[in-house]
Amino acid sequence: MKTLQHKHIIKWFELASLTLRENKDYLTKLDSEIGDADHGFNMERGFNKVHNKLEEFSLNTDLGAIFKNMGMTLISSIGGASGPLYGTFFLQFGMAIVTKTELSLQDFVTAFEKGVNGVKLRGRASVGDKTMIDVLAPVADRLKESLSENNTFEKVFSDIVKSAEKSMKSTVPLIAKKGRASYLGARSVGHQDAGATSSYLILKSLKEAIEE
Amino acid sequence: MKKLINNIEDVITEQMQGMAAAHPELKINLDPKFIIRADSDSQKKVVIISGGGSGHEPMHGGYVGKGMLDAACPGEVFTSPTPDQMFECAKAAHNGHGVLFLVKNYTGDVMNFEMAAEMLNAEGIKTQNVLIDDDVAVKDSLYTAGRRGVGTTVIMEKIVGAAAEAGYSLEACAKLATKVNSYGRSMGMALTSCIVPAAGKPNFDIDENEIEIGVGIHGEPGRKRIPHTSCDEITSILTHAILDDGVYTRQIREWDHGTGNWKEIEFTSPPFKSGDKMIVLVNGLGSTPLSELYGVYRKMHEICEDKNIVITRKIIGSYITALDMQGVSITMVKTDDEILKFWDAPVKTPALRWGV
Ligand SMILES: Nc1ncnc2c1ncn2[C@@H]1O[C@H](COP(=O)(O)OP(=O)(O)OP(=O)(O)O)[C@@H](O)[C@H]1O
Ligand SMILES: [Mg+2]
Repeated sequence: MKTLQHKHIIKWFELASLTLRENKDYLTKLDSEIGDADHGFNMERGFNKVHNKLEEFSLNTDLGAIFKNMGMTLISSIGGASGPLYGTFFLQFGMAIVTKTELSLQDFVTAFEKGVNGVKLRGRASVGDKTMIDVLAPVADRLKESLSENNTFEKVFSDIVKSAEKSMKSTVPLIAKKGRASYLGARSVGHQDAGATSSYLILKSLKEAIEE
Repeated sequence: MKKLINNIEDVITEQMQGMAAAHPELKINLDPKFIIRADSDSQKKVVIISGGGSGHEPMHGGYVGKGMLDAACPGEVFTSPTPDQMFECAKAAHNGHGVLFLVKNYTGDVMNFEMAAEMLNAEGIKTQNVLIDDDVAVKDSLYTAGRRGVGTTVIMEKIVGAAAEAGYSLEACAKLATKVNSYGRSMGMALTSCIVPAAGKPNFDIDENEIEIGVGIHGEPGRKRIPHTSCDEITSILTHAILDDGVYTRQIREWDHGTGNWKEIEFTSPPFKSGDKMIVLVNGLGSTPLSELYGVYRKMHEICEDKNIVITRKIIGSYITALDMQGVSITMVKTDDEILKFWDAPVKTPALRWGV
């Protein structure tokens, strides 16, 4: 597969909504260990709204507009830390692909990087702070590398999901320096970050969306 | 879980409907959610707005009214409200004199209020954000999200609300709010956890004979867990944590109306010293009997007398809570003539009223 099409994006958002719903309790449990036990509820609330918009999205061919709408939907329904962060990600992603109806790998990589930069700017977290950035930033790097490798989307997405899973697990031994978990200091060690986990789940549904 | 709830999803809405029914001087908007003074259309002053996760009642909705907040945005329980909520709320309240957001320092609240401020400033509605980060239980700001915003919030809302009522400009209100924040310190403790309705079980585990010293208003962990002990001992730990706290320095963000972007500034709270005059809040966290709060006040008062700290004003009761948590927090805000004048000014809200 050489281009990512409208139907893949719709499928991605659909699968992401489903998997976040299925993992609501799991994400909330992770957040209860070192946060305030709301990450699963927050993500479910936001992605339910996205799910309700899938029909509207399928009628719109402008992918940039769909991503921006998606970002605004998350921003206005999640709240918490993850609302502005995920919202910014999709909003910035959309800004990079204005009026496009399909995406080349280059388009995708550029947009993803723009999204991650937005998250960094908003949350001021760096890799190693035990947040979603620990998953998103290495994926952005991996994506950039893949450009020179002339791979298919299938191969690239399968790579980034592996990278995301590894990064997600690598948050376990870290001391949190951002977000609520940072109040725990050394007591945050030994727990997987909830936001890193939801980022992994969202990327995993991207991979699954093009397999169907 | 036993709670007075119809449906979990309706808790915030029904609470707002109850407030509107009980207090005709307030109006509510349900989509998006905010509480606003019914007479907001006739105001000619800087608009003071706060908001945050629900579950800390009477904060913030209970402080909407003459001499305090113009409006408040409640989020889901313990979850920050969203920027579109703040945006619509500010647009509804704004009357040409600017908007000041009073924001408790939690990652979620800070980011959502920053987005709202960006949106409003882009629309030509002059907006500024001031943080409250007064919880001395969090020691450093380099390796954490910084000190949390707790009891000083209530005192700041009162003082800045009165200043806005007296005709202060947006810049002057923001400056006063920043001063109150730098003069404010709090420390809390929990005897029990609290139950978020949607979760249905306690937010954290704490043994029958244990207490958490330095707990946050969402049950965030504090400085230490110790075996349960006497009221005097606990009060002494909290009071000393506040009075002995040293200089606290952190980076904060302020909107620069010139460049149209955020500007990082270093900001310092000087320590308290002998002779300081204080407004004190002895605050119940939701399920603490007033009798116990007075027990805490008794010991705190004694320590302050010993250390020549003068308590000039005080409020004792549940003003910023953590749902049904049993526990207490102490807040002290150093005063000067400006702060005292606005503290004493009339206020008429559901949860705080005097002089009217
Ligand atoms: N500054 C940050 N930068 C990037 N990611 C962050 C930052 N702070 C927190 N996070 C991510 O957000 C996740 C928590 O999101 P959640 O939905 O639980 O919001 P929250 O912090 O509980 O918000 P609130 O305090 O309003 O309840 C964390 O697991 C972490 O991955
Ligand atoms: Mg959380």
